[in-house]
Amino acid sequence: MLSRIAESLYWLGRYVERADDTARILDVYVHQLLEGALVDEDLACRSLLATMGATPPAAGRALDVRWVTERLAYDEAGTCSIAASLAAARTNARGVAEAISSELWEALNSTYNALPAQVAQGRAGGPSSFFRFVRERSAVIAGLAEHTMSHDDAWRFLVIGRSLERVDMLSRLLTTGLEVLDDEQVEWVVLLRSCSAHEAYLRTYRREVEPALAAQFLVLDRLFPRSILRALTEAERCLGELDPSPSRAGVTDEARREVGRVRTDLEYGDPALLVGDLGAQLRVVQRACSAASAALAERYFRSGAAVVWSGGEPVASDRAGVAP
Amino acid sequence: MADLFEGYRPATTLGTPAWDEMFDAEGSVRPAARELHDALQALSPDEFEERAAARDRAFRDRGITFQLSGEERPWPLDPVPRVIPEDEWRVLEAGVVQRVRALEAFLADLYGAGRILDDRVVPRRLVTTSAHMHRAAWGVDPPNGARIQVAGIDVVRDADGRFRVLEDNIRCPSGIGYVVENRRMMARTFPELFAIHRVLPVASYPARLLEALRAAAPAGVSDPNVVVLTPGVFNSAYFEHSFLARQMGVELVEGRDLFCRNDVVYMRTTSGRQRVDVVYRRVDDDFLDPLHFRPDSLVGVAGILNAARAGNVAIANAVGNGVADDKLAYTYVPDMIRYYLGEEPILPNVDTYRLEDPEQLAHVLDHLDELVLKPVAGSGGYGIIIGPQAGDEELAVARRAVAADPRAWIAQVPVSLSTAPTDVGGGRLAPRHLDLRPFAVHDGTSVWVVPGGLTRVALPEGGMVVNSSQGGGSKDTWVTMGDAPAPRARALAARPLPPAPAIDPGPGAGDDQPQQQQQQQQQPPPC
Repeated sequence: MLSRIAESLYWLGRYVERADDTARILDVYVHQLLEGALVDEDLACRSLLATMGATPPAAGRALDVRWVTERLAYDEAGTCSIAASLAAARTNARGVAEAISSELWEALNSTYNALPAQVAQGRAGGPSSFFRFVRERSAVIAGLAEHTMSHDDAWRFLVIGRSLERVDMLSRLLTTGLEVLDDEQVEWVVLLRSCSAHEAYLRTYRREVEPALAAQFLVLDRLFPRSILRALTEAERCLGELDPSPSRAGVTDEARREVGRVRTDLEYGDPALLVGDLGAQLRVVQRACSAASAALAERYFRSGAAVVWSGGEPVASDRAGVAP
Repeated sequence: MADLFEGYRPATTLGTPAWDEMFDAEGSVRPAARELHDALQALSPDEFEERAAARDRAFRDRGITFQLSGEERPWPLDPVPRVIPEDEWRVLEAGVVQRVRALEAFLADLYGAGRILDDRVVPRRLVTTSAHMHRAAWGVDPPNGARIQVAGIDVVRDADGRFRVLEDNIRCPSGIGYVVENRRMMARTFPELFAIHRVLPVASYPARLLEALRAAAPAGVSDPNVVVLTPGVFNSAYFEHSFLARQMGVELVEGRDLFCRNDVVYMRTTSGRQRVDVVYRRVDDDFLDPLHFRPDSLVGVAGILNAARAGNVAIANAVGNGVADDKLAYTYVPDMIRYYLGEEPILPNVDTYRLEDPEQLAHVLDHLDELVLKPVAGSGGYGIIIGPQAGDEELAVARRAVAADPRAWIAQVPVSLSTAPTDVGGGRLAPRHLDLRPFAVHDGTSVWVVPGGLTRVALPEGGMVVNSSQGGGSKDTWVTMGDAPAPRARALAARPLPPAPAIDPGPGAGDDQPQQQQQQQQQPPPC
């Protein structure tokens, strides 16, 4: 398949997952803040912004829920909002509309078209309806990708993007969670809930939330689809299928090496020790994700720099990527 | 009760009453449109508008939009289809095929021996002064002889109901994507209309095009790799490029996805370079190859023309076709048909003056207010001056322009385009002028024409310019068959279908005992 299309599909997967995860996280945090009288709103908002990689405004100005929702959900001009992610996903899809199924393209396009009305509704009647809309549309998009596209290389790039983004978001969420919160049980409940993992946790362990078990569940669970290990395994599998040529020793694909190594470390580490060392582990995971992303770009997306003609003289140039 | 046709008055333009596709001169409904008329009359204006809104939403969601003055609008499909009875269509179809064959022969001759120039049927001057005659296209011989894989021949109906050719498009004619999408959308918004008509299908176009493109592959390539080359997502016809690539199952590439090495075209893929055999390009000649044409082109592929000359890649439509479809060459097409095919033209041209001839030029300059002036190189409806509707100042400017460069203009006797009932908002139909672009596909051995084509409508009252870039709309175009059942239906009726195994209803289905017992266990509600 074309390198350009592979790159767009990879980012398509990432943007949709980013919108979905952001909606889930915001939904929990916003309603937690609204319900809980004891939570420091400014601090919580700042930690949320940090999680999403947004620079918070200078201290002194107290942040509130409304401001954060505006910034992280509705602001299409911003870089890390839900609306911006969905718009970017649609832009990527538009350039590769013939490589994905028309139903998938239509789902992305109609989601984008519905944004202004949904944003208006969220502003007027509370953001919950907007978050639900984003979660449902992401599910529709993921389902259509699953059931209407051939599971070929195009689909694999989409899944790799989705999986790496999921790992990235989850490790960001846990990292800031660890810094701001001090191991209190209630905070782990919030973390679990913002990954939609609370109910699954309860069904799995059948007891109240304990920090060690919660960390294990979010990082190491083999069956829960939003755990770091599970997403890494998925990405590793697809990377392996992209490059099926067996070599006698080692793995030639650098992206797969990065993902495989960190996955192995997590999978075969002692789960009992995880919670004590979580911060360091998460940093390793995040580094591996960005290294894998760079390796993918190097190997699959840039097979030769594009040539730009200027005044009759060919000039080699790096081409503008679709990534932010 | 008000109906959609209330107040429908046939249009008179430029003094003559226009031919209406639905009503005859006496105002009674034409037989071919009778069922359509009755079905539409049964719709209330409110329901009609509701369906139109559903159509706009669906177009928007499918991303079938176009830019008008910087705004993204849903594709303008008029809800009232245009009906062409099959017998009239067969004549039109034969005329289009004839025209494409003559144009093919002309191009082959021109980029070869040039017999028609030696025989002085077409003046050499026509060719040498054409901006679209590319020396670089010399010696690029298509392996199967086809240079016009896709042609769009614009026709109009004059006041007598006769189809006349207005323009040939044999470079990169666009619009076929909209033909297929219009049909799809009509079947979804007005299903009942299809129940009472038998409309020849248009959906096989992409398959036919793919066959023609594969047939154009360089000699010796058994399973050619076909790609569609688009300028990119910001091109106004991008939807169509994407549509065709998807429907043909081939890659849609941009210039930056392709490169040439040693006169071979490759595309950059995730598994390294991959050879390309046939390029269906939707990029104009000028931008196709910065090596030969505009060096500042960013949407082309440097070296692709040399690759084609070396016989390593086929470019469809061929480079240099423009010499045969500018508006001056158009005036010679009837002569080409007689010269190459030995036939009389089935479809007449619109009466046209060639302004290089001093006598014709003098006549035209004297009668500018009665004629239509068109720039030879123009397209998209830009620069057309309709004499009877133009002001004195506009005519004075035109007169100077024509006198300064007669080769750049043609003048035509105005044709009063036919009209058809068109949605003008408010649940009302009114006559609007329209043309028709049938699409032909040439695979080297035969020319196939899509039944129908793209009907374009001039939406302003009395307007004659139908291009969508000028605010025009479109209509689904139906070639309707008589009442004889289709051969396939007859064959199916002849033999009974084999019985299929029953569907497994699943456990517990049809057994309501457990539910009854569970209900018996319920306590009566507390009072």
